[in-house]
Amino acid sequence: METNLCVAGFGGQGVMTLGKFLASATCDATEKNVTFFPSYGAEQRGGTANCFVVISDGMIGAPLGDVMDDLIVMNGPSLSKFLKTLKPGGTLFINSSIVDEKDVDRDDVKVVKAPVTELALDMGNAKVLNVIMLGVYVGYTEVVPPEVVWSTIEHKLGSKPKLLPLNKAAFEKGLELGRAQK
Amino acid sequence: MARVLMKGCEAIAEAAVRAGCRFFAGYPITPQNEIPEYFARRLPEVGGTFVQGESEVASVNMVYGAASAGTRSMTSSSSPGVALKSEGISYCAAARIPIVYANISRGGPGVGAIQPAQQDYFQATRASGNGGFEMLVLAPSTVQEAVDLTYAAFDYADRDRNPVLILADGVIGTMMEPVELPPMKTDEEIAAIKASKAKWACTGHRLDYANRAWIQPGQWDTARMQRANEDAAALYASWEKDVQVEEYMVEDAEVVIAAYGVSARIGKSAVDLCRAAGKKVGLIRPITVHPFPYAAFEHINYDVCKGVLDVEMSIPAQLVQDVRMGVKGRCPIETCLCSGGNIMSRESVLKAVDAILAK
Repeated sequence: METNLCVAGFGGQGVMTLGKFLASATCDATEKNVTFFPSYGAEQRGGTANCFVVISDGMIGAPLGDVMDDLIVMNGPSLSKFLKTLKPGGTLFINSSIVDEKDVDRDDVKVVKAPVTELALDMGNAKVLNVIMLGVYVGYTEVVPPEVVWSTIEHKLGSKPKLLPLNKAAFEKGLELGRAQK
Repeated sequence: MARVLMKGCEAIAEAAVRAGCRFFAGYPITPQNEIPEYFARRLPEVGGTFVQGESEVASVNMVYGAASAGTRSMTSSSSPGVALKSEGISYCAAARIPIVYANISRGGPGVGAIQPAQQDYFQATRASGNGGFEMLVLAPSTVQEAVDLTYAAFDYADRDRNPVLILADGVIGTMMEPVELPPMKTDEEIAAIKASKAKWACTGHRLDYANRAWIQPGQWDTARMQRANEDAAALYASWEKDVQVEEYMVEDAEVVIAAYGVSARIGKSAVDLCRAAGKKVGLIRPITVHPFPYAAFEHINYDVCKGVLDVEMSIPAQLVQDVRMGVKGRCPIETCLCSGGNIMSRESVLKAVDAILAK
């Protein structure tokens, strides 16, 4: 069993962090193989950023596959760039605050929606949109147990304990949204 | 040993620190910046020294100096930066100074593309500087292997008094993967390594001319120069025992993929997919790309093998020349290539395999 995930969005949306949290959790608490591969140009905030996470029971060949099982898109340009890489029957996770479901011009994929930009603003911090989306992904796919992912986030934010309650709420909000769309 | 998720570049740096590397000098260039960044933070913690040099040339010469004083020392760069370092590398080879360096290579001549590629194969295996010197060149295809080979590289370098090159591409350098780290050498072990070099290194000697250490990157006397080159050639000839290769499902294979580094792991996953579909495909993966594992190509059954597929992220193909020397005309050789920062696609490998099988 191998899962190929691509996470794509604007630089600054926490796309890399989302992928790294997932990869770290898999490394820390499972026996599975995992790779994380970042891809970005010279731009930072405002440019495009995407990363690939592969989780497998066996040996991982390419750390970025040609065909994705799951795709998370955080902005419009990423949808048009990566939708074609999603396998038929694959799952597309969209940031429905700024990605319009009508632009998904395929009917052979499952769409999971979460307005993570708006939800993050409602929670008082635009930056947690990636943690909400990570919750959505883990809640929907259960690719790794949610408590494992949370303990990784907790560990990574260890030096900033003030951020923990907000991130915990964001992650749980995401889990709830993901589970509800199964 | 617990596994940790590490980026290839950082894992290389940590492996070096654990192997006793206590001096690093380098100059920034993508995609290897995480190596100097990691050393900058890590070396002061273990009593080592990190220097960001004013240039590649300065950095490699600082490493030359530190290693001449008996300290395990390292530098790293990416393709055009490695080219700039070639003078210092050649001097280290001439003076028989053990250093370790890494090339996290990118795509193309000149400044190239900043994305991953395998365009430096000839530079790495044939001529990393003037004068016809040779080095062990180790090519990891996973982050774990990057750790293990870097750790071993310092032992090879000290054993041979010769530079060792870690040849990796930007995928291995920038990807994260779980690794188990080797044990940290103790201060006593590191001191003992340094002390073992007292015969030749500038570790502090009596004011006794006969016993003074000489760091000599060349000889004015022609007889001496020839002898130095003969000694070096004898060393290079002794590396047959150090050849490392992975042979995967080769014996009955109708197609054998030949690939190193990231292309090899992509190739290996293609082999698994082919085998699951009943296609007899195998893989030969050089781990030491110099010396090259020519002998592995003797294990191919040329009565059934329809072709060897050379898979590399280089245009024109470079590895293919060594593959040719291994195959010796016994079956056709095809190539599956990409370049410029594009990463090898498994689909294109599978298509190329099918094209050979269909013949």
